[in-house]
Amino acid sequence: MAKTLTQEFTKGLWAEIPPFRLVLGLCPTLAITNTVENAYGMGIAVTFVLTFSNILISALRKIIPPKVRIVAFIVAIATFVCVVELVMQAYTYSLFMKLGIYIPLIVVNCIPMGRAEAFASRYGIVRSTLDGLGLGIGYTLALSMLATFREIIATGSITLYEKPIAVLGASFEPFKFLVAAPGAFICLGLMLGIMNILGKK
Amino acid sequence: MFSDLAVLMFSCVLINNILLIQYLGNCPFLGTSKRMETATGMAMAVVFVLVLAGIITWLVEWYVLGPFDLKYLRTMAFILVIAALVQFVEMFLKKSIPTLYTGLGIYLPLITTNCAVLGVCLININENYDFFKMVVSSFAYPVGFGLALVLFAGVRERILLARTPKPFQDTAIGLVTAGMLSLTFFAFKGWV
Repeated sequence: MAKTLTQEFTKGLWAEIPPFRLVLGLCPTLAITNTVENAYGMGIAVTFVLTFSNILISALRKIIPPKVRIVAFIVAIATFVCVVELVMQAYTYSLFMKLGIYIPLIVVNCIPMGRAEAFASRYGIVRSTLDGLGLGIGYTLALSMLATFREIIATGSITLYEKPIAVLGASFEPFKFLVAAPGAFICLGLMLGIMNILGKK
Repeated sequence: MFSDLAVLMFSCVLINNILLIQYLGNCPFLGTSKRMETATGMAMAVVFVLVLAGIITWLVEWYVLGPFDLKYLRTMAFILVIAALVQFVEMFLKKSIPTLYTGLGIYLPLITTNCAVLGVCLININENYDFFKMVVSSFAYPVGFGLALVLFAGVRERILLARTPKPFQDTAIGLVTAGMLSLTFFAFKGWV
């Protein structure tokens, strides 16, 4: 069943939105959704890597021998991760420090790898670009949504850029549990459950 | 010296548990924890590969990337080293220790994309560990990974028998359970 190009793009925003529908890339989802700024920073970094690695892999799909494809995919992805790492270090240093180890770990994030294997190595450049962009933006939205929820409940404020903005009044009792590790797991688990209810046909 | 290493070991296994506190390696955590057998197999494979990977990446960092001023290529160098190592270990085990290979074999290819492996290698470098500390941490982190994985698999086997609401089945309830487990590890915080 051939999809139109628009569908190729929009499927990443709802029908196959990671990490809710495609349960991939959980580590950053749990680790950096403590503030909204971290979440969309990470989302943009992943979108960049995903789009360009999809383009490169799709362009080379006829040249890469199937036996060494995994290593070839990893090299392609690692190249773009290096680019992102250096660019973020140069221009958004404070965000780079906050995301820390999770930026190099985009290499082993299952999303770029999974899309390379399942999509980019089979379809043409235009489709792969749209697929990468769509899923990347979907991932950014999902991370931001989760982070908004966690940050508002945990601190009563929201960090859009550098400084937190108070959302709930001063009488709000911060619920610190949600920014800590156990809160991350439980929150994501509940979110997945809610998405399953919403997606039920 | 010795007590330092013991403290480091303790903190890597329990306090900074790689899976439940540092959130690394969650994909295999949810993927292989449905049965106890696969969980133990994965845990052993991670310990085995991570000790080797830790030592080799540490040597690469200090004797290749450092002297030649190539530190910005660290991510790429490490992932290539790990991918090659996993491939090599797989071939070596298949030829010389077939019994171990039948146990670990199917988990080895999954390890390349396990972020716990690359994560620990990077932590070793970022924390500026010397050789002994690096060996201890490359051993203790995967032990903590295995501990959490086996505990979680035990819980999950029981959950499969319970009647969970339909939308929450499988991954969703798994994550909530992982949260509870993470809470128990959270109790170790502040011990050292």
